[in-house]
Amino acid sequence: MRIEVFHDTVYTYATPARAVTQILRLTPRAHDGQFIAKWRLDIDVDGRLHREEDGFGNIVHRLSVDGPIGRLAVQVRGVVETTDTNGVIRGGTEPVPEGVYLRDTDLTRPDEAILRFSRDVTAGATQPLEVAHRLLVAIHREVVFDVVPTHSATTAAESFAMRRGVCQDLTHIFLACARSLGMPARYVSGYFKRVDGVVDQDAGHAWAEAMIEGLGWVGFDPANGISPSDAHVRVAVGLDYLGAAPVRGSRFGGGGEELSVSLTVDQSARQSQS
Amino acid sequence: MAAFDEMGLGNGAVRPAYRALKAWLDSAPSELLDLRRSQAEHFFRRVGITFAVYGDTQDTERLIPFDIIPRIITAGEWAILRKGLEQRVNALNAFLRDVYGPRECIRAGIIPAELVDRNPFYRVEMIGRKVPHDIYVHISGIDIVRVDADTFYVLEDNARTPSGVSYMLENREVMMRLFPELFAEHRIAPVDNYPDALLATLRSVAPEAGRRNPNVVLLTPGQYNSAFYEHSFLADKLGVELVEGSDLYVRDDVVYMRTTEGPQRVDVIYRRIDDDFLDPLTFRPDSALGVPGLMNAYLAGNVTLANAVGTGVCDDKAVYSYMPEIVKFFSGEEPILKNVPTWRCREPEALSYVLDHLPELVVKEVNGSGGYGMLVGPHATQQQIQSFRKKLKHDPAGFIAQPTLALSTCPTFAASGIAPRHVDLRPFVLSGADGIRCVPGGLTRVALKEGSLVVNSSQGGGTKDTWVLDA
Repeated sequence: MRIEVFHDTVYTYATPARAVTQILRLTPRAHDGQFIAKWRLDIDVDGRLHREEDGFGNIVHRLSVDGPIGRLAVQVRGVVETTDTNGVIRGGTEPVPEGVYLRDTDLTRPDEAILRFSRDVTAGATQPLEVAHRLLVAIHREVVFDVVPTHSATTAAESFAMRRGVCQDLTHIFLACARSLGMPARYVSGYFKRVDGVVDQDAGHAWAEAMIEGLGWVGFDPANGISPSDAHVRVAVGLDYLGAAPVRGSRFGGGGEELSVSLTVDQSARQSQS
Repeated sequence: MAAFDEMGLGNGAVRPAYRALKAWLDSAPSELLDLRRSQAEHFFRRVGITFAVYGDTQDTERLIPFDIIPRIITAGEWAILRKGLEQRVNALNAFLRDVYGPRECIRAGIIPAELVDRNPFYRVEMIGRKVPHDIYVHISGIDIVRVDADTFYVLEDNARTPSGVSYMLENREVMMRLFPELFAEHRIAPVDNYPDALLATLRSVAPEAGRRNPNVVLLTPGQYNSAFYEHSFLADKLGVELVEGSDLYVRDDVVYMRTTEGPQRVDVIYRRIDDDFLDPLTFRPDSALGVPGLMNAYLAGNVTLANAVGTGVCDDKAVYSYMPEIVKFFSGEEPILKNVPTWRCREPEALSYVLDHLPELVVKEVNGSGGYGMLVGPHATQQQIQSFRKKLKHDPAGFIAQPTLALSTCPTFAASGIAPRHVDLRPFVLSGADGIRCVPGGLTRVALKEGSLVVNSSQGGGTKDTWVLDA
């Protein structure tokens, strides 16, 4: 599928900021299932944008702008050619030993309830792929998608206790479960072309990847209850949301920050030739 | 259990190094000793050398008790310790270079990959990166205990931000003031060159691109940190700026300090802030203590952080248990300093042994420090043992256990008069681009409670001056 992404993030400051620094994980890398046809990252102010690679192998841009800054827009325009690989990720960049992805973080540390849940729903499953699928299905069934009760610092345990959360929370729960069963797992941030035809979205998407013996990294999208397909554009990975977050920033001075995001993910009008 | 007494009390024969001191103690009128003790306390109160104790709501700033009877180490003993410390710190640096680089020690089976990879202090951000001059641990505090005349053990390695060196320096200063006659009688190796040695070490590791005259600063989390006194003390002794995160900023991958005369480039940061708080853009986003973008300047090679990011992986007590093999692997030599035999509770057989022998063992959290969260079996109540049994079963990999060592004792003032109290030793080892520096001795910590084996100041321990006698 040829997927087109328009993603604008606009910050406004009631009191202009004196300086802003941001780390942007907004640029996808290629793997066997995705070819980056076009990708541009722009800012609408006079600043410096420096491209580098982080510890997980993600492409990051470091943005520094000197103020006064009343408004700052980060604009992403891209086109990605995807193919459905049944969620299997090959041909990517893997600088981190997979054992690192067994580590719990503050956001993914399982509590008793998650431990019990992951044991219960995977009882009897012998193959790693089956274990991961059972987790995927069970989390999708148990935890209701709801944007209201959680926020960016909600932990897996908190979200699981409410049985509510957004894609970030469901992914954290999946990571907590998989790691507790000894399966390396990681957070993926990216974009999803919705199957229901809705094009305008409020936020990017998140899902998980688990290391399955014999297959390698395989994606699991607990918010949708599916394996990632050619509707997913994979941008960054990390141990949790914080490691893969699209934007992390800090500002010096200023106040009254407001953030608005506009995102459209759509199938490109120009079809791929196949 | 009869502990080895450093002075030789209890078995009749005073050890030669302590003879003059013992004779002096025996002859000094008790009023004089009392006077000197209160003068020492007055000195420490006046300089304001305090230590915050976490979990103690009553009195958060506390004076660490100082004991005026020094601990003496002979030149011969120190020569061995010195060699052993150098070997160990070189191995720690080689280990860190390796785990963030080719991982040969893992491939060779010296240490299990998961102990490194799953360790929260093994920083993904540092994998495959170079640090200036290939040195990770510039300042280390290696805790040493002694069990008999010939045997010293390393109890733990502190490769993050070891504290206590200010006490080493202040203890010496107060002793020289109060007991000039003892210093006339003994040839005691000086320690007051530590700040010079530290500054030389820090300057030696400035980035290659750094200028001839590198600008060194000391980064503190601020006055609410338990070791703030030490931070300001050291900055003063080093003659460098004491800064907080908000005094620094990063522009185009270069760190600058805000000064009244405009921005000043910073080349070396002696940071007394944990990795987690260094840079809110890379580590904890809620940290207000760090400098946004600092990691980028660091990874670009434009500033040296001392210690490097990610050294905490060697403070892990399960990693510690592999140090003899790590030393051998990287140096090709037998370790000069021994390790305390350690049961890794992550190994099922070790765990079952430990669970069966809790009343005789010391159990520690692999990532704990400061004497928090440990069990000293022989001194624990039935209830404490039961609660540790639960913790161990719940998270075996989170703990190690060691035999309860008969730490050596040193005569110490107690309510009942002079009595033996258990001690350890924390020498401070400096690694620069131009080699290892280590002032003779270090900080002797003493467990003031009778029979107690926990010397940490956070647990009510005190300190002593440490004398290394020139031969």
